[in-house]
Amino acid sequence: MQVNQEFRPKIVAFCCNWCSYAGADLAGTNRSNYPADVKIIRVPCSCRVNPLFILRAFQRGADGVIMCGCHPGDCHYTTGNYYARRRMTMLFSMLDYLGIEKERTRVEWVSAAEGAKFAATMNEFTATIKGLGENKRLEDLRCKTQ
Amino acid sequence: MLRIGVFVCHCGTNIAGTVDVKAVAETLGKEPAVVFSTDYPYMCSEAGQNIIKDAIKEYQLEGVVVCSCSPRMHEATFRKAVAAAGLNPYMLEVANIREQCSWIHKDMAEGTAKAIVLGRTAVAKVQLNAPLTAGESPVVKRALVIGGGIAGIQTALDIAEAGYPVDIVEKEPTIGGKMTQIDKTFPTLDCSSCILTPKMVECAQNENITIYSYSEVEAVTGFVGNFSVKIRRKARFVDEDKCTGCGACTEKCPVKNAPDAYNLGLSNRHAAYIPFAQAIPNVAVLDKERCIKLTKGKCGLCSTVCSAGAIDYEQQDSFVEEKYGAIVAATGYNPINIDGYDEFAYSQSKDVVTSLEFERILKADGPTEGHLARLSDGKQPKTIVFVQCVGSRESGSAHGCGKEYCSKICCMYTAKHAMLCREKYPDTDVYVFYIDVRTPGKNYDEFYRRAVEQYGVHYIKGMVGKVAPQADGTLDVQASDLISNEQLHVKADMVVLAAAIEPDKSARPLATMLTASMDTNDFFTEAHAKLRPVESPTAGVFLSGVCQGPKDIPETVAQAGAAASKVIGLLAKDKLSCNPCVAHSNEMKCNGCSSCANVCPYGAITYEDKDFSRRKDGTMMRRVASVNEAVCQGCGACTVACPSGAMDLKGFATSQIMAEVDAICK
Repeated sequence: MQVNQEFRPKIVAFCCNWCSYAGADLAGTNRSNYPADVKIIRVPCSCRVNPLFILRAFQRGADGVIMCGCHPGDCHYTTGNYYARRRMTMLFSMLDYLGIEKERTRVEWVSAAEGAKFAATMNEFTATIKGLGENKRLEDLRCKTQ
Repeated sequence: MLRIGVFVCHCGTNIAGTVDVKAVAETLGKEPAVVFSTDYPYMCSEAGQNIIKDAIKEYQLEGVVVCSCSPRMHEATFRKAVAAAGLNPYMLEVANIREQCSWIHKDMAEGTAKAIVLGRTAVAKVQLNAPLTAGESPVVKRALVIGGGIAGIQTALDIAEAGYPVDIVEKEPTIGGKMTQIDKTFPTLDCSSCILTPKMVECAQNENITIYSYSEVEAVTGFVGNFSVKIRRKARFVDEDKCTGCGACTEKCPVKNAPDAYNLGLSNRHAAYIPFAQAIPNVAVLDKERCIKLTKGKCGLCSTVCSAGAIDYEQQDSFVEEKYGAIVAATGYNPINIDGYDEFAYSQSKDVVTSLEFERILKADGPTEGHLARLSDGKQPKTIVFVQCVGSRESGSAHGCGKEYCSKICCMYTAKHAMLCREKYPDTDVYVFYIDVRTPGKNYDEFYRRAVEQYGVHYIKGMVGKVAPQADGTLDVQASDLISNEQLHVKADMVVLAAAIEPDKSARPLATMLTASMDTNDFFTEAHAKLRPVESPTAGVFLSGVCQGPKDIPETVAQAGAAASKVIGLLAKDKLSCNPCVAHSNEMKCNGCSSCANVCPYGAITYEDKDFSRRKDGTMMRRVASVNEAVCQGCGACTVACPSGAMDLKGFATSQIMAEVDAICK
């Protein structure tokens, strides 16, 4: 049996199609490394991200969830990222109430031209999650038996 | 459970180099729903697409997952392939295992494991895909060009030539832009005005072109094929239709100390003015900051001398609202403000000028009427020093206004300036201090070599550290020669700074209105850096000229034509197929609360009273939301706002995203 195996977190990243997903693609084109622990889900806009998706991820065993959108003022749909920002602020205060470390969720604005920022953000976020360790608080163990 | 096929692309070694594609195909083949799984070197090739088409038919596939490059790259290609085999094109999902996997991970085991998770996530999503049909929307056959410099002029002319009406919005009182201020153009040294003004006149005379000068875009709504734009026509206090451009108002105007923007403030003009002799439209403007009548209510001389009765002190800003199928951004550039560069004494000495100011000095309609002269004492300079890269290629923010990028045009125009000085005044000593001389382009390096070899311009590789004005009126230029490693002092009569160029300040608010993206330097981002260089990622918005990145006149004209051809291609269509990934409301769940309509940025949601009774007596009337699919852009804001879970987004349904989350966390 192997002991002291390195903890590899599960990280879900929601990226809007117009800015952050393109930023993630640019990070790839530039060969900017970031950990394989980060898996991206493409959404049309950050305002498509229902706070429930984030709770669901935690319930299913995600250790960190990050949401990326266009910079304020640059939303492809004009106001979507403002809605997303307000919804996430609400969610953060609720996570606080549930006893989830607020560092496990984050909102970042990454434009289509910021490949380097995308990679740097993911490196930094993964390091933070590694520091926090496994998410045990919200994980629904019933989900594991599936 | 749908029958799914998985197709894993090697992309040569781009994917196969760090992802074991065979293992990915094999592992995904064991997923319960997957009935066929394979890999191929190039899925996007015709042979690759045929593998997909054949498998769909042979295995009666109901859903397809392609593990390849970003869906932003080839989603459309694979949708077409899927459709060709008789499957709905939206029964396809792309797992991005190149940009978001093989290119960022170096370890084979790690990359393979991640690719499997990404593939499995796409399989989970496609399981819940539904066939979608794209609607159609009509195309308004009219284009808008924002900016009337050489980029906007060329784009407008090309579109008009193809037979489509096009409007130019220019914020200045005349079209022409920066090129009107330039004396000669490299590498042929032909006169800038001589090649530009015929094009300006052509714009005015072409019946397909409408010029809104002294106007700005106020608001943009709508989408590709159907934009609505509100244009503010700033009050010029002169009736454009009556003014004949005779110039009588300018002659009689008693205000003579307004800085002349055409000469970059190096000379003064009247408060009533026509920007320059060849202005289009050739119509006067009253400077409302300086006109005595408009500021103090007295004077009124211009209206008494105007025989056309065109002066109108009561004129207000007016608005034009027009519909367009396509919009071209051609907002151009400005030299950066170099006041922060104290070491070059720009704000201390009149004889330290920017290159554009030097251009004005050389040009016949400039402040010195084309005579090379110092602005301080009018004397002809005997020694001129040119400093390259002032604010360009500057890392960090030592001056707070430097740019990391190369402004591209400075090496060539400096060679031109140096050459012109030596040609007209052979007794002038000309020095150019440079970091690198960059002259790629047809006949460009030959041009630069001519400046060095034929005209004897002293090119010195090195940086200028300080320009110190001396008591005798000269300038002590202190520099280092990087090749001989010596410190130099040049006693100069004039110093010319090649200031970096930056996008015009109007570009940022315009990008917000157009929802077009920009890079960190405020240049517009293109849809693809290599393959779609004149299109913005926002459909229907095109890019022309320096607003997309630094470029010279030939490149600008080429790009302007490319943008025009894209616009013509769009306007030639009668209808566009809409994005079918739009919101829809489940009437059985909707309680008509209006939460969705309140957040919809497009006003796509309306309410109707519907009868839900099984009998035909209309006793169960309920108010429910209904989405106008032609207006909805598919952002999904409503889906999250809906408290009863009635609103969902096709293609990005709640159940699909939940399935993706589950698959990633498994």
